[in-house]
Amino acid sequence: MTTTTSPPRGGFGYRHPSLRLAGLLTAPMAWLVVVYLGSLAALFLTAFWTVDDFTGQLVREFTLKNFQQVFTNPAYLSAMLRTLSIALLVTLISLVLALPLSFFMARVANPRWRPLLVALVLTPLWASYLVKVYAWRSMLQPETGVLAWFLDPLGLNSPGYGYIGIVITLTYLWLPYMILPIYAGLTRLPNSMLDASADLGAKGGRTFRSVVMPLVFPSIVAGSIFTFSLSLGDYITAQIVGGKVTMLGNIVQTTYVTNLPFAAAVATIPVVIVLLYLFAVRRSGALDNL
Amino acid sequence: MQAKRLLKVLAVSSAAALLAAACSSSTSSESSAPAESSAPAAESSAAPESSMPAEESSAPAVEVPGGPAYAGPVGAGEGQVNILAWPGYVEDGSTDPAVDWVTSFEEETGCQVNLKTFGTSDEAVKLMQGGGWDVVSASGDATLRLIYGDNVQPLNPDLVPSYADIYEDLKLQTHNSVGGVPFGVPHGRGANLLMWNTDTVTEPLDSWAATFEADSPYAGAVTAYDSPIFIADAAVYLMATQPELGITDPYSLDRTQFDAAIALLEQQKALVGEYWSDYTKALQAFVSGTTAVGTTWQVIANLAEAEGGNVEAVKPIEGATGWSDTWMIAKDTPNINCAYLWLDHIASPEVNAAATEWFGEAPSNALSCELTADADHCTKYHAGDTAYWEDVYYWNTPTAACIDGRTDVECVPYSEWGTAWAALRSS
Repeated sequence: MTTTTSPPRGGFGYRHPSLRLAGLLTAPMAWLVVVYLGSLAALFLTAFWTVDDFTGQLVREFTLKNFQQVFTNPAYLSAMLRTLSIALLVTLISLVLALPLSFFMARVANPRWRPLLVALVLTPLWASYLVKVYAWRSMLQPETGVLAWFLDPLGLNSPGYGYIGIVITLTYLWLPYMILPIYAGLTRLPNSMLDASADLGAKGGRTFRSVVMPLVFPSIVAGSIFTFSLSLGDYITAQIVGGKVTMLGNIVQTTYVTNLPFAAAVATIPVVIVLLYLFAVRRSGALDNL
Repeated sequence: MQAKRLLKVLAVSSAAALLAAACSSSTSSESSAPAESSAPAAESSAAPESSMPAEESSAPAVEVPGGPAYAGPVGAGEGQVNILAWPGYVEDGSTDPAVDWVTSFEEETGCQVNLKTFGTSDEAVKLMQGGGWDVVSASGDATLRLIYGDNVQPLNPDLVPSYADIYEDLKLQTHNSVGGVPFGVPHGRGANLLMWNTDTVTEPLDSWAATFEADSPYAGAVTAYDSPIFIADAAVYLMATQPELGITDPYSLDRTQFDAAIALLEQQKALVGEYWSDYTKALQAFVSGTTAVGTTWQVIANLAEAEGGNVEAVKPIEGATGWSDTWMIAKDTPNINCAYLWLDHIASPEVNAAATEWFGEAPSNALSCELTADADHCTKYHAGDTAYWEDVYYWNTPTAACIDGRTDVECVPYSEWGTAWAALRSS
């Protein structure tokens, strides 16, 4: 019996794995580097320039003036803290609402209903952002809004337009982004672990703390990245339901044409905050499990 | 396990996709790239100018930015004109079949109109700086930025026959000319009015005091325009109430005057319920009564009345800020003939009447008043009423060189108006 050695089968890409990899990754990497990192770098660079007082044109001269202005003016600092507290509050409320909801979806509800429940959670995302914010504007309306109508019999007033209005609206907008990852985390939680915990005598609360929480923690972190960073950068919600209250994004919007370098310096702040947050999260090891 | 992992991947990726969609929907209004169809065609630079003398001796006497004006004569169109305009200024019948002054222009001149609208003066300036546009309808707070930014060219009024009929008090103003050289054709004007809801404000008002003074009975229900340019509204009020500050032009404020205006706005902030920049929001707040009193545009007042809101609007005794828009031509336009043809078309009595009536402002052409659909339009909007406009201060761009002519002090430039406004709103 004779064996013939034939060359390995496969196309050009099979024979040139490095080229295959290059073909696969060139486009997305170019997009990432040029469009994404490139624009961030341009933003950061612009923050060190200034504008001409006569023509309003950009002057490409290095100065720390913009950052100095942002960090020494108490008004900008308070906007920074306010934005941060809104983002944290939105994340916290989303978490409190999302945990029981996703637990119900993943572990309590009949598995046949799960796709429907997921779809229901997603439906608000199919409507336009602006439509939802304007809907909240009319619901929050003092005295005549839906919220006032519900709260009036309890002797309470509608929160109206302002800080609380922004927090409510942003929580509504970003809640699905918190529910989805936690739901995904809970569905892959093995039943055997819960059984084992029960067999060893743990009650519901103990099981939740010692078994469920550590396992879904990465999912919670994933959700919080969405709600936190989306809230941090928002400015349209503040414009529509914020009354007098402004966020960092509003400062950028007010100044980006008249004083682009200053707007760039302000815009750098949320980027740095999110990077710090991601770094802290990475230190906790949560990102490894995503 | 495999299925569950798949589910997780699906969940995360769909969340990411929706995230991207949400982000793009909130920023789509800011996209600044001109549509491909509206970019000037390459061959249009080969303008049919060979048949006419290229250089005429009518060069401007003063050294002005933007180079010399087009010597003319205006020849055949280049086939298209790319226009940047406020919403409602260029209507081709797609909003309302009866509202159309573009089709006739296209048929007469062969210049295809490519339109992009903008929402704020700042957006207009950004778009013009990007290039690709031949003509822009610029408000006074954009015009000087465009002139000194070398984005627009001086106007040769001889090439625009309709220019002769424009109201004299609109021509050669500080916002549309430099050194006696005009930079465009005035389009229309309006004043920023004081409006109130008659359900909450029972006595008629005639002063901005109700929106500025600390003892205003409408605390918490006052509204103000959310833009750095609103600092000028405070300056107008100070001109009447604190004459010792010596403000003569609310757009050229030295440091002391500027600080006084900001202090007044700080005082107003305690009264404000909400600021507006989106006119639908202002409309809804006035009609519902959430806002009792504040600054508004005539068009908002009209819409509020049409929606059954009990509102009234006046120009207060202190005077008011306002706008006067100007059609300007981009500096390096390849479609110069079409641009001039458009300027003459939009300033002609019929079109000027239709466009300003549709938008809700006073026309700029004296002959327009005969041609408005509502015979009272010009009376309502005080078109030719020179006295009415004497204390209306058209939006202008503050620069470090005081535009009121003072040379012994430096004025606060608009970039600082922006940061000061942002600080005021943030505190």
